Amino acid sequence: METLSLNVNGRDHQVTVDPSTPLLFVLRNHLGLTGVKLGCGLEQCGACAVLVDGVSTLCCSTPVAEYAGREIVTVEGLAADGGSVVQRAFADLGAAQCGYCTPGLVVAVTALLQRSPKPDKAEVVEALTPHLCRCGSHARVLGAVDRLIGGA
Amino acid sequence: MAANPSLNNSPNVDDWLAVDGDGRIHMRSGKVDIGQRISRSLTIIVAEELDMDPEDVVIEPRVTGESPNEGMTAGSNSIEQSGNALRLAAATARHHLLALAAERLRTDASALQLDHGLVREAKTNRTVSLKDLAGGTPFGIPVDPDAAVKLPESYRLIGRAATGGEALERATGQTLFVQDMAMDGMRHARVVRPPHAKARLVELDDAVMQRLAERDMAVVVDGSFVAVAGDDEYAVIRARDQLSNTATWDTGAGLDTTDVFEQLTSNDRASFPVVEGTAVDEPVPAPLEPPDAAATTLSARYERPYQMHGSIGPSAALAIAGENRIEVWTHSQGIYPLRNTIADIFSMDADNVVVHHALGAGCYGHNGADDAAFEAVLVARAMPGRPVLLKWSRDDEHAWEPYAPAMVSELSASLDADGRVVQWTGASYSDAHSRRPRPGANRGGSASFVASVLREGGIEPGPAAPSLIRHGGLHRNLDPLYAFPERRLVKNLVRDLPLRTSAMRALGAVCNVFAIESFMDELAGAAGADPVRFRLDHLGDERARAVIEAAAAGLGWRKSDRTGGRGQGIAFAQYKNAQTYAAVAVELEVDDAAAVRLRRMVIAADAGEVIDPDGAVAQLEGGAIQAASWALHEQVTYDLEGITSRDWETYPILRFDNVPEIETKLIDRPGVKSLGAGEATSGPTVAAIANAIDDAVGIRVRRMPFNADNIMAAAIADDD
Repeated sequence: METLSLNVNGRDHQVTVDPSTPLLFVLRNHLGLTGVKLGCGLEQCGACAVLVDGVSTLCCSTPVAEYAGREIVTVEGLAADGGSVVQRAFADLGAAQCGYCTPGLVVAVTALLQRSPKPDKAEVVEALTPHLCRCGSHARVLGAVDRLIGGA
Repeated sequence: MAANPSLNNSPNVDDWLAVDGDGRIHMRSGKVDIGQRISRSLTIIVAEELDMDPEDVVIEPRVTGESPNEGMTAGSNSIEQSGNALRLAAATARHHLLALAAERLRTDASALQLDHGLVREAKTNRTVSLKDLAGGTPFGIPVDPDAAVKLPESYRLIGRAATGGEALERATGQTLFVQDMAMDGMRHARVVRPPHAKARLVELDDAVMQRLAERDMAVVVDGSFVAVAGDDEYAVIRARDQLSNTATWDTGAGLDTTDVFEQLTSNDRASFPVVEGTAVDEPVPAPLEPPDAAATTLSARYERPYQMHGSIGPSAALAIAGENRIEVWTHSQGIYPLRNTIADIFSMDADNVVVHHALGAGCYGHNGADDAAFEAVLVARAMPGRPVLLKWSRDDEHAWEPYAPAMVSELSASLDADGRVVQWTGASYSDAHSRRPRPGANRGGSASFVASVLREGGIEPGPAAPSLIRHGGLHRNLDPLYAFPERRLVKNLVRDLPLRTSAMRALGAVCNVFAIESFMDELAGAAGADPVRFRLDHLGDERARAVIEAAAAGLGWRKSDRTGGRGQGIAFAQYKNAQTYAAVAVELEVDDAAAVRLRRMVIAADAGEVIDPDGAVAQLEGGAIQAASWALHEQVTYDLEGITSRDWETYPILRFDNVPEIETKLIDRPGVKSLGAGEATSGPTVAAIANAIDDAVGIRVRRMPFNADNIMAAAIADDD
């Protein structure tokens, strides 16, 4: 066990954990941030995406020790003031059915728009393709992104 | 209305509705939310009938002993069952409340109306609140099956409602799934799986067991069922891996790797004629001879492999076991059947088993939810009083969920000289499409749990009992809606197949509609007819014709450039020949490597009176996207040593890089019976894609998935 310092959603936290534990379990079980979802543990489905220094990052298999000193933002951290513009666009367009993949998609879209406020179709597809959705909300997610970039 | 089983089980208004001490309405339903937003539709129905705001209708949690017993949330029946029951319960409550108010205000009930929690007399503007009239008091009356319900012209909410507040909770990560539950003293648990379903435990490694015991980890062993539990989730995962890597298993003869499509039409089977959509327990009549009018006879065989639900969130459940009491939180689609099965297995009174529904990840069907619930109970019984949150891994989910059965549909038909179908025969072959847990030894029964088979003295699942009901499992949509003058239809429930199967969205309708609607295009080709025209020429049902025409018009049927590997296809079905009508029209492109790129999709559907248009569209589109994924990508693979499609690379599904533009046209029918829409597009989407591939490149692909391998194989077969 080691004590690590993690900056999550703008606050510093000291956590005492096995340093090989993937970040996901620390966020969910030590910090109570259950918006971060475990889907595969293999970085194949995107449910666990969080922002690490502004970049959408899958955190289900990389050890927590590698995130010490970095700025981590989860879906909860984006939700100040009743939801970010991305979160409100997802809600307005009904871009979730069960909602299990939604936090990861919200994080991916947030990172994309921070990096590229007017992405073209290829950039949008590239940013979202790491993310799986089984309910088939894809078209609505793309609709939410269109609205955010002013295309619809 | 006696036809509604939900009202038969729960005949009283108090089973469904209550007025609380603040005058708000509490609503109970036995149908659970699995991403399809049924609660939203049910809330709209109740709020409409009682002239409330939907926000003032409180949705009670689904839990056995309190919620109405509505069996399974399945088969697109929730609107017809729970929706109908709640509408009649609310209408009965409305008449009752108006009568109470008339007495209180000394006026006539016909002079009164409900208005957002008040009863108001229009001409005097006198009011009395629901709180004062009935707050905290049971209704004490039965649901009147003939209660007058609101007429469409006075609707405020039905057909108009927008997205509910839960959408923002989902987008902000506040929605709690069963996987997110936490309780004081809770232990995490994982299961150590055999290499495959036929393998049995020889021994676990003593040294590993010793080390785990020293670290306060509990290993639960019951025959070949092995689980490990501890306080720290990741430590439990590592312990599971250590146990898995060192356990010794007797793998027996391994899995049967004979080609399943060969097995489906050569293994032992139980065969039944299907008449008017219903299977009949009578001898199968002799094959038909083509009639005198037959000018051409065609036949073809269509195949669907084993496919999986593939929930994004692996199955999970929380259980607490005490002295003669078990409490479970699960994303099962049937809390009462699950409760009764668990009670049956442990010889307990059903009232001592309490099953709560909790949100899980969507998938639409019988996935690992019920197994995870039973496994959590097995672990919890080994540590009485302690909550146990048991989660499946990705590998568990891919390798151990009950799959959608592999299936074959063989069709033949004769055309007369005018190109009209004069005779149709269809025979479908598969394993059981529903092995959900139920009490008792048969119908899958308790043996439908993986762990029941693996436990000490485990029960081997017996042969599945055939479902004979109208449009049951494998004969769902086997009977075409088209007006063919003569038909012979046979259901073949096939024995001794290698993998465990159960219900997945639309059941047998997926392969049956894929087959019928592909074959309709093949027949149209033989008749020299346009596929849309050919369908319309064989359909008398106006609602069916309307959705086909709307989908074709929406796509711009055969008006666009269809060279360079581009093509269009259409397909249609009315789900179970009794529920939602849906036509799907697709435009796509097949590249030189035989990869299919979806470009546009137009869905037209008639679900009767639409309660929540946004929700209905989400269901129709979601069903179409899931079906497009089955059509293009999905296939469970296995060898002697077990399942080999164990993650998202070995079992790929549709990703954001191949999502078509989708347009959905709802043909609303106010005042006409509301129908569930969640499974209506599944079959038509698969067939529309196959038909568009044929239009694009002239290759008729009759085996799912339509990946490069199967398209190339079909091209070679066409050349032979």
